Amino acid sequence: MNGASPPRDGKIPVNLLTGFLGSGKTTLLRELLEDPRLKQTAVLINEFGEVGLDHHLLERIDENVVLLNSGCVCCTVRGELVDALIDLDTRRAKGLIPGFDRVVIETTGLADPFPALSTLRAHPVLVNHFSLDKVVVTIDAVNGEAQLRDRLEAVRQLAAADVVAITKTDLCGADAVARLRRKLAAINPSAVTILREQAEAAHLLGGASVSPDVADAFVDAGLEGPGHRHEGESRHHHHHASGGSTVTSFSVIVEERLDWTAFGIWLTMLLNRHGDRIFRVKGILNVGGEERPIAIHGVQRLVHPPFHMKAWPDDADRRSKLVFIVEGLDPAVIKHSLRVFNDLSDRLLPRTGDNSLQPLGGIEGGDALAQTGG
Amino acid sequence: MCALCGVLGADDHWTSAIARPGVYTRNGDAAMRRREAANRLKIANALLRTRRLDLREWQGGTYILSNATGATRVFQSLAHMWPEAEAMVSSGFDPLDADFLRKIEEIAR
Repeated sequence: MNGASPPRDGKIPVNLLTGFLGSGKTTLLRELLEDPRLKQTAVLINEFGEVGLDHHLLERIDENVVLLNSGCVCCTVRGELVDALIDLDTRRAKGLIPGFDRVVIETTGLADPFPALSTLRAHPVLVNHFSLDKVVVTIDAVNGEAQLRDRLEAVRQLAAADVVAITKTDLCGADAVARLRRKLAAINPSAVTILREQAEAAHLLGGASVSPDVADAFVDAGLEGPGHRHEGESRHHHHHASGGSTVTSFSVIVEERLDWTAFGIWLTMLLNRHGDRIFRVKGILNVGGEERPIAIHGVQRLVHPPFHMKAWPDDADRRSKLVFIVEGLDPAVIKHSLRVFNDLSDRLLPRTGDNSLQPLGGIEGGDALAQTGG
Repeated sequence: MCALCGVLGADDHWTSAIARPGVYTRNGDAAMRRREAANRLKIANALLRTRRLDLREWQGGTYILSNATGATRVFQSLAHMWPEAEAMVSSGFDPLDADFLRKIEEIAR
């Protein structure tokens, strides 16, 4: 295995590597693939346009590098992505190609990562053979700020990132890099941000979704974010104007225990209707009937399986906290809507057993949702 | 797949994820699954009935959505509930819509 992490559940981990046009995806990939731990990695390259060029830039061209060249992976080649992955797996199983223990998909610079992520999670065959690993996004230190300001594609990519690699830092000053870092942290506070030179195989390995072991840090990172925090208040950060709309990240703090059933229906309904404008949602929930917190994590309409965290990060503060990165949606309306749904479950569902809504005592806050049963 | 009726697939929606270590789900055992399904139906129907839709569950794995004229849609995953419901009504289901929220508040009162 050459030190590669063993596939979880016997499934091959898949990394998505994305980033805006010219942001250095292929260069980063080429460097990462030199690491012995990624020796047995199959690469799928998706290029926009009739003739793919990027694969020529990769030195390690072999039968494990597959070129998806019929357009953008986000809109036209989801079927091709499925076919390519199944074909790779089949040929590996038959011994026609060397074994691989990881797949990296390099998307086009304009790709919205969500459809590829969704395909990997929802396709009935793929889901049994592959598992989603980290999403790595490159961002160019010279043009990154402008791209985030002008191009929603760049924001979508950044919001989906687990790891952000800043490239081309040698072409601009330290101030510009520091400014970009602040902007990246404001839009996606939970991603690990590194300079391209620091990138190593470890940044691809380790799983995309929360595990009980890392959930604390994962959720905390998303909730703390930049700047200071006012207890009991939601924080709003306006980042970005694109066509008159604004990308905002904000947190919702809920005093009362949430009913899991109502929350699930609410978030599903919200993402169904507004998922194209909700780039990311994550949170740590105090669910009725549960002693330990539940961590949730979604990218656009894709919500990962929720995790039971081992313990509350801060035992004295057991309020549910949700972080949203949205475009053009009003945080106050989202909060109000969640409260209405939670109240509905309080009215309709039995108040005993697992679904009981027990108000938490002793916590007050100006930003609290209304107590249930009022 | 159900061995008797041949219904394919399982609901793998995140709200009822397949039970495995670390994952939070109410899909763990039959009693828990049934209780959660009943609760889900209660809440979903309160929302759906604002547009005169009705949701039923069949065989624990299939959902049947019908409207007042008897038109029905059948689906297996909760992931399909809102797209299917929106396809049956003209105005859609928007949890951020003020009128819709007012109706739900009235029910919850």
